[in-house]
Amino acid sequence: MRADRMRTLAALALAGFLILPILPLAIWSLAHGWRFPDLVPQTWTLKAWSLAVDARSGVLHSLAVTAGIALATTLLAALIGLPAGRALGLYRFRGKGLVTLLLLAPAFLPGIAIVFGLHGVFLRLGLVGTVPGVILAHLIPVLPYMVLVMAAVFSRFDPEFEAQARSLGATPWQTFSRVTLPAVLPGLMTAALFAFLVSWSQYLLTLAIGGGRVQTLPLLLFSFSSAGRNDLTSAIALLYILPGLLVLLVTARQVTGRSLALVGGLRP
Amino acid sequence: MTDRTRIALLLAPALLVLAGLFLTGLGLTLLRSFRYLPGLGLTEPDLAAYAAVLTAPGFLRSLALSLWIATASTVIAAVLALAAALLLRQTFPGRTLIAFLVQLNLTIPHIVGAIGILYLVSQSGSFARLAHAAGLISAPAEFPILTHDPYAIGIILLYVWKELPFITLILLANLQTLGEDHEAVARSLGASRWQAFRHVLLPMVLPGLATASALVFAFAFGAYEVPLVLGAHAPKALPVLAWQAWTDTDLASRSEAMAMAVVIAVVGLALLALVARGLRLGGQDAR
Repeated sequence: MRADRMRTLAALALAGFLILPILPLAIWSLAHGWRFPDLVPQTWTLKAWSLAVDARSGVLHSLAVTAGIALATTLLAALIGLPAGRALGLYRFRGKGLVTLLLLAPAFLPGIAIVFGLHGVFLRLGLVGTVPGVILAHLIPVLPYMVLVMAAVFSRFDPEFEAQARSLGATPWQTFSRVTLPAVLPGLMTAALFAFLVSWSQYLLTLAIGGGRVQTLPLLLFSFSSAGRNDLTSAIALLYILPGLLVLLVTARQVTGRSLALVGGLRP
Repeated sequence: MTDRTRIALLLAPALLVLAGLFLTGLGLTLLRSFRYLPGLGLTEPDLAAYAAVLTAPGFLRSLALSLWIATASTVIAAVLALAAALLLRQTFPGRTLIAFLVQLNLTIPHIVGAIGILYLVSQSGSFARLAHAAGLISAPAEFPILTHDPYAIGIILLYVWKELPFITLILLANLQTLGEDHEAVARSLGASRWQAFRHVLLPMVLPGLATASALVFAFAFGAYEVPLVLGAHAPKALPVLAWQAWTDTDLASRSEAMAMAVVIAVVGLALLALVARGLRLGGQDAR
């Protein structure tokens, strides 16, 4: 019984710790001034939220820009990552270790290590300050994740099914769309959802390559935060974590074993 | 088409994109850190930027601060994550909710967590208000300085909060593939709970724990937005110092920014080499 109580206490402490930093954000987003030492605001208001959805604050525009960049990055990463994942998951070949290392490297090198050089390259290509430039930069952290997850998916795929479809007269495209794609689709969807989140969370790459002209949500968040607008900052922060919550609810049904490992593949 | 050609074709787009973006970015950072800038008439690479960076007192203090942040965050998060994983492996009421919270936390961007920690533990934050209500302090200035502080307590708090779930999930995935039999066998052979943990379970989860910890260390060492929100004015975390040098109007400090970026890259690559040795990725028949 004592062990049971200890376990419940530990579980409560863990839950409290995880939820704690979100609480002041929730309160601030509904507060009309919240002075020290009030434990809760004296007046509550929806002003921050109505400002957040007002076109003049630029929050909705930033939301659209951030989502568009994340969608485009995910799509590109899926197109490039699916074949590479197939090669790594299905075949053994010379240099496979080296290729895997190159794919892992961007996960270990922080953005700050490469972004100054990347800015130099993009400046010459006219990509600094453009949305396509930011999308390409986001590919660096997103693509390795996509490839490694797809490699894991393909390592459980049996290419014999494709051979059978081909022998029954299917064209290469039919084989892909009717046999291969349906088999890897669940894994691809999970990979895509988390790839979306990796791009969605980028700060430094957007700041440097966007050159101040591509205002994604985290950049807007920081500028309101440093301007001391705690109420609006909190409303934006809560909007900003919504997609993650949605992704989680979508994938929650299959949260055992495999998808747990996929989630674990997410960057820290 | 032979397998060789097929593999090359399948890998080509990913390798081209990564080489084109990642390796070029890294390479140009390296060249510029040696002050090789043909456009400005600098065609003789030298080590002046490194000399300037290494002799500036600010750099060494920032390097030490970033190493402290990464070490403290990683050790605390890893120990707590091990405990959390052992807890979540059991069944108890509310386990589903906690498993959900652990995963939710993983999807929250770092900057949101950093602002949350700021509103929580700053001198006018929620904890300071609670301390006031409890009669412990009478003004914000009496509350301990936990954000923008020289020991980077706020930053470490944020990383522990954010990376504990990351390591926990990797450990849980590991534990799930291992099953519980090994420990049960050890117990039936007379091992105590501690012995079964120390000599049976821990060695089995150690590789996963090490990889996850290395990723966390690399991230906490090199992340920019967290110390931007929670860091002290001086000394600055190394990524913030590098960014400041890069955006400086004095062009000479740009090469110094590049040199600092190279130092950060070297730390990251050293960690990658350690992990690769652990996973034996270098071998020809590695999977």
